[in-house]
Amino acid sequence: MKKLLCILLAVMMLAALAACGDSGSANPSSAPAGEPSAAPAGEASAAPEAPAAAAFKIGGTGPLTGGAAIYGQAARNGAQIAVEEINALGDVQFELNYQDDEHDAEKAVNAYNTLKDWGMQISLGSVTSTPGVATSVENDADRIFAITPSASAVAVTEGKNNVFQMCFADPNQGSASAQYISDQQLGTKIAVIYKNDDVYSTGIYDTFRIKAAELGLDIVSSTTFTEDSQQDFSVQLADAKNNGADLIFLPMYYTPASLIFQQAKSMDYVTKYFGVDGMDGILTLEGFNKELAEGVILLTPFNADSTDERTVSFVEKYKSVYGEVPNQFAADGYDCIYAIYQAIKSGGATSDLSASDINDILVAQFTSMSFDGITGDDMTWSANGQVTKGPKGTVIENGSYVGLD
Amino acid sequence: MSFLSHLISGISLGSIYAIIALGYTMVYGIAKMLNFAHGDVIMVGAYACFFIASRYELPVVLGVLVAMLVCTLLGVIIERLAYKPLRSASSLAVLITAIGMSYFLQNAAQLMWTSNPKVFRSVVGDKSLKLFGGQLSISAIAIVTVATCIVIMLGLTWFTGRTKMGKAMRACSEDKGAAQLMGINVNATISMTFAIGSALAAIAGVLLCSMYPTLMPTTGSMPGIKAFTAAVFGGIGSIPGAMLGGILLGIIEIFGKAYVSTQLSDAIVFVVLIVILLVKPAGLLGKQVQEKV
Amino acid sequence: MLKMQKSTRKTVSTYALVIVAFVVVQGLAMSGNISATLRGQLVPICAYVVMAISLNLTVGVLGELSLGHASFMSVGAFSGVVACISLQNMIAFGPVRLVVGMVIGALCAGIAGFLIGVPVLRLNGDYLAIVTLAFGEIIKNLITCLCVGVDSRGLRFSFLTSADALKLEEGGRVIINGPMGIAGIPKLSTFTTGFVLVLVTLFIVMNLVKSRSGRAIMAIRDNRIAAESVGIPITKYKLMAFVTSAALAGAAGTLYAMNFSTIVATKFNFNTSILILVYVVLGGLGNIRGSVIAATVITILPEMLRGFNDYRMLVYAIVLIIVMLTTNNARFKTILSRLIPSKKATGEGRQP
Repeated sequence: MKKLLCILLAVMMLAALAACGDSGSANPSSAPAGEPSAAPAGEASAAPEAPAAAAFKIGGTGPLTGGAAIYGQAARNGAQIAVEEINALGDVQFELNYQDDEHDAEKAVNAYNTLKDWGMQISLGSVTSTPGVATSVENDADRIFAITPSASAVAVTEGKNNVFQMCFADPNQGSASAQYISDQQLGTKIAVIYKNDDVYSTGIYDTFRIKAAELGLDIVSSTTFTEDSQQDFSVQLADAKNNGADLIFLPMYYTPASLIFQQAKSMDYVTKYFGVDGMDGILTLEGFNKELAEGVILLTPFNADSTDERTVSFVEKYKSVYGEVPNQFAADGYDCIYAIYQAIKSGGATSDLSASDINDILVAQFTSMSFDGITGDDMTWSANGQVTKGPKGTVIENGSYVGLD
Repeated sequence: MSFLSHLISGISLGSIYAIIALGYTMVYGIAKMLNFAHGDVIMVGAYACFFIASRYELPVVLGVLVAMLVCTLLGVIIERLAYKPLRSASSLAVLITAIGMSYFLQNAAQLMWTSNPKVFRSVVGDKSLKLFGGQLSISAIAIVTVATCIVIMLGLTWFTGRTKMGKAMRACSEDKGAAQLMGINVNATISMTFAIGSALAAIAGVLLCSMYPTLMPTTGSMPGIKAFTAAVFGGIGSIPGAMLGGILLGIIEIFGKAYVSTQLSDAIVFVVLIVILLVKPAGLLGKQVQEKV
Repeated sequence: MLKMQKSTRKTVSTYALVIVAFVVVQGLAMSGNISATLRGQLVPICAYVVMAISLNLTVGVLGELSLGHASFMSVGAFSGVVACISLQNMIAFGPVRLVVGMVIGALCAGIAGFLIGVPVLRLNGDYLAIVTLAFGEIIKNLITCLCVGVDSRGLRFSFLTSADALKLEEGGRVIINGPMGIAGIPKLSTFTTGFVLVLVTLFIVMNLVKSRSGRAIMAIRDNRIAAESVGIPITKYKLMAFVTSAALAGAAGTLYAMNFSTIVATKFNFNTSILILVYVVLGGLGNIRGSVIAATVITILPEMLRGFNDYRMLVYAIVLIIVMLTTNNARFKTILSRLIPSKKATGEGRQP
């Protein structure tokens, strides 16, 4: 019987290989990819021909399935809204293609290659950090311009001249948080709870710790959790309480944070909390008791309750199409598309150019332009790809975000 | 005092593991298969209760009942479609099918209910019991969970020991062939086991999400694996063992975090597990089966 | 006599399958008839094939269920990459450095396999499975807490602290940065090195299975008590299979890691172990050729399903369940064998 199985599998494999070959040769835009030299650099000119199609092909990878799917889907949806708005304007046409990377470096490279076969000219990198590090290397080697909505690790942009970030880099957030706590005298005895197996969380914590020491903030308790143990926080909270912390810094996403607030309350532990941009979105959790988050301060570039005209229209559109309030990832995705749009218009790029030509134009534009988006005004990018924008201090009052300063 | 409060957190976390482990061990004991989709049935149960009790604000009792009904049906359907055709195949083939089922349930849940986390409203409210002038607090849900866990354990022990159906289950677990010869309908018995195991999963899901109220399509998978560990810890197939294993696992996890290191807490749990299995290779309360030549 | 010939034929056909697949794919790649997607997957496929063959040694040949095979891949990946990066100045030629890295990765994983194997191989069945799962989790947790750097004084280690506790000299480099894993890995793995590793693995495993030791290992699988009673040292042979399997997984880990610019410890979790187990079960226990084919198909499959968009992983799950049902269900098997009247099937005495 094993033989039967073998035959079956072999047939499947042949079919799979054949299908691969087909998709390679049937798609004219990817055929030149493998010209005599198989070197990756040669593939940058992958899409010189796209005769009638006037649309720029924009591709991105993000977790659309699995535990991190919420981030990938939000970024994709936000970008999709921007693409539709711009297409309706009529002067530049975009075509957006998001591929699933399951929050995994290997799958992200596969997804990236799929997009390359599709003829991607401009890339939105990856949504999360670990896949982002893997795909940005490919972006650099293939000379395809990338701006990632939210892959915030330093390693994403480090050593590459054509990969940009729309979000703050992790170290910037860590030191900005410490600076803010010190400037506003929010507390001197700080407890930190961070996610020990997460690039984002530990990246922020590492610089926070160094900056806090410089500023004379005392970290009295530092405890961790992991993906496997992100339900019970009683020990971490008890440690903070016993060490007399007057503020808890939470460099993490809002899902575990909501559990921390709830468990602190059931312990009758009242303290101040300080969050980072991952905390944004906590008020939109279905069924969340907003009183728990009362008084939480967070540094976030995006505020869905803002009365700013563009934000209001974006939030309304997002709600009507996807039935949810957009979070910061959606806003970052939206801004990425508009930043690309601005750079294309001012740089005079056209969709019949090759990916590497577009890359050169966009890199020149991004390092010189200033961009106003819904996640910040007057954003500029340095040559290493990191964004400079003012983090907005926000406090949660009466169940909504209120800007500080 | 902090020791006591850690102990209480440990017991309440452990009772959640215990209640999931009871379902695991039940199915394993009779069908001799590791049902890796059990954790995802829990998730489905929690969603069912969430929609009834939190979103449409109907009575909690109704929510729990609907969750049990949904899970029982789901368990029986899964068993019928995916496991029954493999009754005579190797146990590894069933294991892989169970994993496929687990992927299926997670992805179907994501498509139906999106990946946005939902906050589950506790079925008993967020009251807590204060002792020693408020220095020690025990949440109501912890008390309810431990109580439910004990009731279920006693109920299952009685059921498998005293009722006709329960005896049939034990007979199947000992020797399927002999049981069949005695006139027991093995297939029906196994289906019945899945129905009971899945109903327990629904209760576990409701209690899990009442204690740790974020609900996502992946909510069930990690507690599922931990509960599987707990079941082995106590001696897989043994009902009191699952309860003991679950509670011990919870206590070790919390104590490891509190007194050793939060960074190493996952490793500590598993090191203790390995040491226990090396000393008692069949788990704490498992039967050491003598191999026959 | 006839049986012997048959097994030789099977061995030859397995080698032939791998070599032909390599030549065809390499030919297509040279002439540019291959999509970027497939080209990007070639090295991971080789790594997974090696993983599948090595796990088959434990599960299929030795007959012990392991749910923590990815942890050996992890040990191999991290130690191999550390070796490759720290030897950057000493060995300039990439492929040689990769081979050295793989050997070191295999050694470290083999040692880990030995350390784990000595105590736990006394256990059987599901208890062994849960202990291997536990070791997988422990190794993942430990690597998450580990920092490694290199400077002129050599390798520096720190545990449970952060990278600046390494106290590196000027010009030193942090290699493993705790939870952030390794970033900036030089891409040394190529399809050719992957192919060579697959061949080496096939050679080692097939020779082991056919040797006297291999027959002892299979005797333990089939009846441990009978094997013990004829004087086969159980622990020795169990360890031999387990450590070989771990070492090969370590080499595969290095190959895998050196293909991506970043690697994190959480990649090698329970799900990865399960995925490799799927290859083995689907390919058939003890069937090396089946493992090779199953690993290839299952790795390519999710990419083939990208057309389903959001339904992709759902379809993947359904395909997995259906394949398991059709290949293992007795009734389906009879129907299939009626549809495909195979000479070999009748040769085995199974009349359709």
